[in-house]
Amino acid sequence: MLLFAARRLMLAVLVALTVSVICFFLLHLSGDLAQALAGSSSSASDVEAVRKAYGLDRPIIVQYLGWASRVLTGDLGQSYFFKEPVAKLIAERLPVTMVLGVCALVFAVALALPLGVVAALRPNSWIDRTALTISVLGQALPSFWFALMLIIVFGLTLRWLPISGSGTWQHLVLPSIALGYYATPAIMRLTRAGMIEVLASDYIRTARAKGLRAPSVLFKHALRNAVIPVVALAAVQFGFMLGGSIVIETVFALHGIGYLAWESIARADFPIVQAIVLILASVYVVLTFLADILNAFLDPRLRVG
Amino acid sequence: MTLSTALAEAEARIAEPSPGALLRRRIFGHGGFLFGAIVVGLVLATALLAPLLAPHDPYAQDLTRRVVNPIWHADGTWRNPLGTDQLGRDYLSRLIYGARISLLIGVATMAISGAIGSALGVAAGYFGGRVDMAITFLITTRLAMPVVLVALAVVALAGGSLKVVILVLGFLLWDRFAVVTRSATMQVRNLDYIDAARAAGCSDLRVLASEILPNILNPLIVVATLEMAHAILLEAALSFLGLGVQPPLPSWGLMISEAKEYMFFSPWLIAVPGAALFLLVLAVNLLGDGVRDIAAPENRN
Amino acid sequence: MTAVLEVEGLRVDIAMAAGALHAVRGVDLALAPGETLGLVGETGCGKSLSALALMDLLPRRVRRSARRMVLDGEDLAAASPRRMEDLRGDRMAMIFQEPMTSLNPAYTIGNQLAEALMRHRAVGAAAARDRAVELLEKVGITAAGERLRQYPHQLSGGLRQRVMIAMALMCGPRLLICDEPTTALDVTIQAQILLLLKALQREFGMAMIFITHDLGVVARIADRIAVMYAGEVVELASAAELFAAPGHPYTRGLLRCLPVPGRDRGEPLGVIPGMVPNLAQEIAGCAFANRCDRAADACRAAPPPWAPGAHRARCILAPRAVA
Repeated sequence: MLLFAARRLMLAVLVALTVSVICFFLLHLSGDLAQALAGSSSSASDVEAVRKAYGLDRPIIVQYLGWASRVLTGDLGQSYFFKEPVAKLIAERLPVTMVLGVCALVFAVALALPLGVVAALRPNSWIDRTALTISVLGQALPSFWFALMLIIVFGLTLRWLPISGSGTWQHLVLPSIALGYYATPAIMRLTRAGMIEVLASDYIRTARAKGLRAPSVLFKHALRNAVIPVVALAAVQFGFMLGGSIVIETVFALHGIGYLAWESIARADFPIVQAIVLILASVYVVLTFLADILNAFLDPRLRVG
Repeated sequence: MTLSTALAEAEARIAEPSPGALLRRRIFGHGGFLFGAIVVGLVLATALLAPLLAPHDPYAQDLTRRVVNPIWHADGTWRNPLGTDQLGRDYLSRLIYGARISLLIGVATMAISGAIGSALGVAAGYFGGRVDMAITFLITTRLAMPVVLVALAVVALAGGSLKVVILVLGFLLWDRFAVVTRSATMQVRNLDYIDAARAAGCSDLRVLASEILPNILNPLIVVATLEMAHAILLEAALSFLGLGVQPPLPSWGLMISEAKEYMFFSPWLIAVPGAALFLLVLAVNLLGDGVRDIAAPENRN
Repeated sequence: MTAVLEVEGLRVDIAMAAGALHAVRGVDLALAPGETLGLVGETGCGKSLSALALMDLLPRRVRRSARRMVLDGEDLAAASPRRMEDLRGDRMAMIFQEPMTSLNPAYTIGNQLAEALMRHRAVGAAAARDRAVELLEKVGITAAGERLRQYPHQLSGGLRQRVMIAMALMCGPRLLICDEPTTALDVTIQAQILLLLKALQREFGMAMIFITHDLGVVARIADRIAVMYAGEVVELASAAELFAAPGHPYTRGLLRCLPVPGRDRGEPLGVIPGMVPNLAQEIAGCAFANRCDRAADACRAAPPPWAPGAHRARCILAPRAVA
């Protein structure tokens, strides 16, 4: 178990490192950072001055090593625009994104899990077809458009909920739905497929042969085994949600790191962009690592070796 | 003997129609596939025939006729059935030309990411061992990268044009192709006839092209439709955030973005292109699901 | 002596797109306390479905019906699903063919054993645990206390089947149904499990239905044997009589398929030619008529009557009274 965890952890670190390399080079090679910083109307000498001032004239390898060694000491660099440490700017905004992500995940699971279970209990019934329709429609819904439609319907027409900013829990309702619905089809389908498979298994027949009541068969014996793959999926989906929060935070003017990333891209504030990419990748990697550990906890067969 | 195999056996004993009739029945009995095929076909026709179908020039501005209401409002007219946008451009014409952008992005991105992903996936599945380890690591790394963020940043630096968006998305969305072709190749690889082909002296390349590829075509087609839909959605999101396709191109995502300020009084400006986007993506997804069901009905979920 | 189980006219129908499949077509069974009935037949003959029907464990699209189905004075045919749940695991228990997959991988052996008792008896966890240890020892598992903390994947197939048997016995059932309990096991383990079941049956005084396609196995364990074919019992006799003087052509066919050590060396093993009839259609006469080398026109016209007597065969050619 420890060996397994250690190996997974090493892989996780390696993945995060590789992502940082790829993204660093991608950003530095896909355009002229100095030009983007100085603005398109600035003169050639201005651009050169910016290039020198931010150290963008050095070889890219040197730039990366400098950046990476500072990151290892916890220094994510200095924002070009705010003239403040990137770490501080991100620390201020990360909680908003995390809370949004957790709410969205809770929404997605709370909707998808019961739907998946009920659909599995009555395959091809109207409720199964309804759940399947929801999942097919949900997959095709553009998230930013869905967010805007939520604003139009619940914010402007019905005036039930605030449409932008943050502060109260009501501010989180629409963004959580807009962000979370995207994960529901996958979670629902996996729950449904898992439940159908488990319900047909021999050990469910054994549980019924013992005379256990239906809820006990369903929740203790079936669901426990069916959710094992769902846990891993939910962790991955949570990672995707944090990445997708850039769109939702922009629509709802929620000042999380997604919004910060969007602003910073527009301002060519690349130390911030670079740091946020690294943080999101690390969070994803940590999440999948935790999902593996949780899986081993849920499935005794994975514990040995 | 388990009960399920007994049931399957019993069911098999009841007479089956001929394979051709069965295929026709599956295609025409599959509502999702029919809907998907028809809508995708219609959008494709619209995109190809845009100059003939569009009532106006999609770029022609008329500042005296800005945000004219569509036909279902009391003051709407047939001159602009879907009204006009904030610059007085005919909304229907822009919607029709927008189909070209969405389809072009979808198909081109899918072609690039499909080529990259299936090459990696087949190599990993076929050669196994270290090649597989390296490619699996590459897939994991790619999955850890926040797509929207990276795409936005790169497009912002490289300049937002159709070509850049297609290239960036094409190089970012290959993961699912790789995952699916890898496992499909692994399954096929262990079958006896692959060993037979190798024993007969076929080269790796020959085996890959003539034995493996035809057998993983089915999952490949399904993923291709899913990734096409994914690319269409992502382009719209990038354009919506102002860092994708640039004005004045009539990208549906950009149309929604430009209409945001008019959300209060003219919500249809947002509803119309979004609905078009939703319908197209839904149709492409249903087409993919349909292909999967029709090709392998026993795997229907 | 009153019977533990009496079944008359048990039918199982499987709903399908093209109509109903009559998988079990009127089975009569009766068991005395402490008696073992062997239920023999080939794959698909309806023996497992009959057992699942008794337990009310059939899948949703499969329906059971019976003229009479009584366990220990309790009418199973009229019992509600909730009442059947009360009876299952308490008065009647079942063990299955696949010990490898019949235990829930997510819970310990102890948890799954205790659960069976605590469902039907008002006992605490400690008492349930004691009963589990006692039964694990009875089924021949050493260090029972430690086994309770183990998960199914840590046990071999033979051990898991022993756990399944212990689980079935937790409440001391009146009837134990064993559905091919040894088929998935190694031959040596098979013999051990058979001996164990026989010993436990004597100790607990249970009636037992033992389902198998293996005549060799059933000869060792059953008091009486019912041979099933195409959803019907075609012959019912004591084990000794059945092997000595099989009354139904199908039973004779089955016995010819059995290798006997030292006797028919060099001779090919028997086979029964032809196919089992389609159970989705009505069968007018004897279901075996199309494969029987002695079938007459009368066989195809109407179902053959039971020959009377203790040894009964459903064939017009059967001796009227063997016993």
